[in-house]
Amino acid sequence: MNQSDFLKVVLPFKDKVFRLAKRLLVSTDEAEDATQELFLKLWKNKEKLAEYKNVEAFAMTMTKNYCYDRLKSKQASNLTLVHSNYKEKETSLDKKVEYRDTVNQVHKLIEKLPEQQKLIIQLRDIEQYDFDEICKMMDMKPTAVRVALSRARKTIRQELIKQHNYGVS
Amino acid sequence: MELANIEKLVAKYENAETTLKEENILRDYFLSDNVAPHLEEYQLMFTYFQASQGETFNKTLEFKTEKKRNYKWLSVAASVVLLFSVYMGIPKTEIIEPGTIPVSEMTIEEKFHYEQAREALAMLSGSLNKGSEAVSNLKTYENSVNKIFKTK
Repeated sequence: MNQSDFLKVVLPFKDKVFRLAKRLLVSTDEAEDATQELFLKLWKNKEKLAEYKNVEAFAMTMTKNYCYDRLKSKQASNLTLVHSNYKEKETSLDKKVEYRDTVNQVHKLIEKLPEQQKLIIQLRDIEQYDFDEICKMMDMKPTAVRVALSRARKTIRQELIKQHNYGVS
Repeated sequence: MELANIEKLVAKYENAETTLKEENILRDYFLSDNVAPHLEEYQLMFTYFQASQGETFNKTLEFKTEKKRNYKWLSVAASVVLLFSVYMGIPKTEIIEPGTIPVSEMTIEEKFHYEQAREALAMLSGSLNKGSEAVSNLKTYENSVNKIFKTK
């Protein structure tokens, strides 16, 4: 497998890896470093990639584990993640400042979720993987995935309603 | 899509029972402009999900294994530096025979004697050179004498 073959296989999901890493690591720089690192790992193991039926799912699992490790080592060294540099790059969102703020509310709410729920929301609602794939990536049973996803969705909505009501009263 | 149907799907969505197809129906509905007011939280959620999909990794990925090459050259450079330092180190250390003192550590008196001895030795070698010059002159003289008298 040479470099161009390899790129053909892995490039389609590089953005997904990046977004998943960013969901967990919060900062864009860290997510970029993590993505670079992960694709280098894939490149080094490129001979083994053919053995995997679903390289993408394998890559997402690797991303998940890698980010968990990063977070663990962060907590061990008592560093807290401060997300001072996060901003949405979407121009479509820049149209209305107020509108963007309310969408950012969702971002912040997802950030408060437990890591597992964050990941599942990311995989399902943003990347739109089906449940079988998510089960494989998360190494979880289907019911557990559904329960976590349901909890995450309900939490986000309830928190949004709360914030909305604060604004009104 | 009718509101009643949407509400049904929303309930399923909250329980994580919707299929991807059904979620796409919800997505289309909530990204449209006429969303029922009591469901507007979902509009925010789906707008955010949609926007998040657009985020891309813009850096170029690098697969060159530069690290290994760097280490190889690093070791070569290190060995060169080591050899050079050893080479530079040798001439600096004076070879001192046991029982002698280097010039830099002598007292004034010892230095005086040392200088005197040096001068004397220089004079001696100068006179010796003069002598050997005279001897060589003598040799040419002898040669010419030999030519004339053909003693050999």
